[in-house]
Amino acid sequence: MNKLEKKLLEKISDLHTMPSGAFNIRKNGQLFDRASTKEIEITPKKNKNGINIKIKDGTKNKSVHIPVIITVGGLNDLVYNDFYIGKDCDVLIVAGCGIHNATCKTSLHSGIHSFHVGQNSKVRYVEKHIAEGKSGDKILNPITKIVLQKNSFMQIETLQLDGVTSSLRKTIARLGEGATLKVQENISTSEQQWTKTYFKVLLAGRDSRAEIVSHSVAKGRSFQEFKSNLIGQELCFGHVECDGIMMDEARIVSVPMIDAQNSNSSLIHEAAIGKIASDELIKLMSLGLSKEEAENMIIEGFLLG
Amino acid sequence: MLEIINLSYRAQDDNQDKEILDNINLKFEDNYTYVITGPNGSGKSTLAKLVMGILPASSGKILFNGMNITSLPINERAKLGISYAFQTPVTFKGLKIRDLIDVACGQKKSFDQICEILSKVGLCAKDYINRPLDDKLSGGELKRIEIALALCQEAKLNIFDEPEAGIDLWSFDNLIDIFNSLKNSTNIIVSHQKRILHISDYIILLKNGQIEKFGKKEEVVPLLEKRQCARLVRSK
Ligand SMILES: Nc1ncnc2c1ncn2[C@@H]1O[C@H](COP(=O)(O)OP(=O)(O)O)[C@@H](O)[C@H]1O
Ligand SMILES: [Mg+2]
Repeated sequence: MNKLEKKLLEKISDLHTMPSGAFNIRKNGQLFDRASTKEIEITPKKNKNGINIKIKDGTKNKSVHIPVIITVGGLNDLVYNDFYIGKDCDVLIVAGCGIHNATCKTSLHSGIHSFHVGQNSKVRYVEKHIAEGKSGDKILNPITKIVLQKNSFMQIETLQLDGVTSSLRKTIARLGEGATLKVQENISTSEQQWTKTYFKVLLAGRDSRAEIVSHSVAKGRSFQEFKSNLIGQELCFGHVECDGIMMDEARIVSVPMIDAQNSNSSLIHEAAIGKIASDELIKLMSLGLSKEEAENMIIEGFLLG
Repeated sequence: MLEIINLSYRAQDDNQDKEILDNINLKFEDNYTYVITGPNGSGKSTLAKLVMGILPASSGKILFNGMNITSLPINERAKLGISYAFQTPVTFKGLKIRDLIDVACGQKKSFDQICEILSKVGLCAKDYINRPLDDKLSGGELKRIEIALALCQEAKLNIFDEPEAGIDLWSFDNLIDIFNSLKNSTNIIVSHQKRILHISDYIILLKNGQIEKFGKKEEVVPLLEKRQCARLVRSK
């Protein structure tokens, strides 16, 4: 791997060297390196691009890294990654895509991920999307499908920073009895970039719980759209919070939908979109920061905090 | 050290000009503690905000150590050595208590140093430094952190707007200790609290945006007590 590739890899997955556990590194549309472990088996798909990741019952405190890096233009990379997580697991999964496109041709990556999380298992899924390089378009269209079995828990942390020309993100989840899904999605756009992110969460099981928090920062003339659909079919709890900060001439749209199909469902949607709060700016300025420094600190905390 | 000359603040209210502060003249000397008191809505917070630059003066002048700071932005005033603790502490999304302490101190602090600062306001650093400064903290916790941030700045002029609000009895003693220990700075405290009035050197009594009385504590406290007494008699 060259310097640029190593830097990208570090940015999306915090990896300085090869990961210690199971991993699959994909570079410019091809396998770069892969390793399975005793508990985590990664095998390529036969009929299409992508991998199956099987995690054995009872696997605890282990991690899987599946970063993707793209350093060429004109690539249309479509991959299917399917995770099968057994019962009673506790694992960390780090995915992400870094594009550095210095050409004038478009680079596109669509990662279709599915997660089957077994009973009583706990999964933390971290996904970072970063795009660099001036001219060519950099497009990322991730789809995440999740099935949570009884009493399982999944926490998703996604981050997409400035530079992605356009992005269409879809997250679809089905929660069984006692299952919990927590999502923290942070997105920043600038210039003429746009991102649309859609959530559909089916609270199918009794005592299931979903908490989705979206923080978006839109600068320049960029555009972001957040749509969510929470469906309660049982005694369940769902909370969606969409917080947006707009700067310059940017625009943010939030479309909430909550559908309580059962009278024991408790579903909440909160959305607040506006400029940086003036009292936050004033407070930081009163501690000695210039207006610009204060704005940067507020945005950085909001996205990375 | 601070001089306020013919200072006025007008705001638009129902399309009418409303005189919120009317021709205020005050002189603050080095290393004394001043309490601004007066009824709700008399303009105490407005006066404090004008000194910090949070609100713009409509007319008049503010001099800080002889320098005209009337149109200086907030951060420039902070750099000159003015701190301001808000009546209602500001909360953030994603910023940690530690981040704000670092900014207030102007440098990164070690855990031990943060510990020392937070213990002054009765908080244990271990439980707090990595917590977000957001509305999950109680009103009392927020208020204590607000005061700690002001202390971090080691300013020449400290302004506290109703520091006692939301603080429980135990930490009230703490608060008095803090004010008593601020000997090398000028302090302006907006307050209604008797015990805070008693630790001051001078008291400014505001009424309807004007100074009703400005004098030594020994002079003003008896006047306030007499009024309090008269009010009690009348209400009986
Ligand atoms: N932006 C504003 N527009 C109109 N009236 C205001 C504004 N800000 C404050 N006021 C009024 O000014 C008066 C003084 O407010 P304030 O300084 O907060 O009083 P205090 O701190 O003494 O309670 C109040 O009557 C308040 O309603
Ligand atoms: Mg006030």
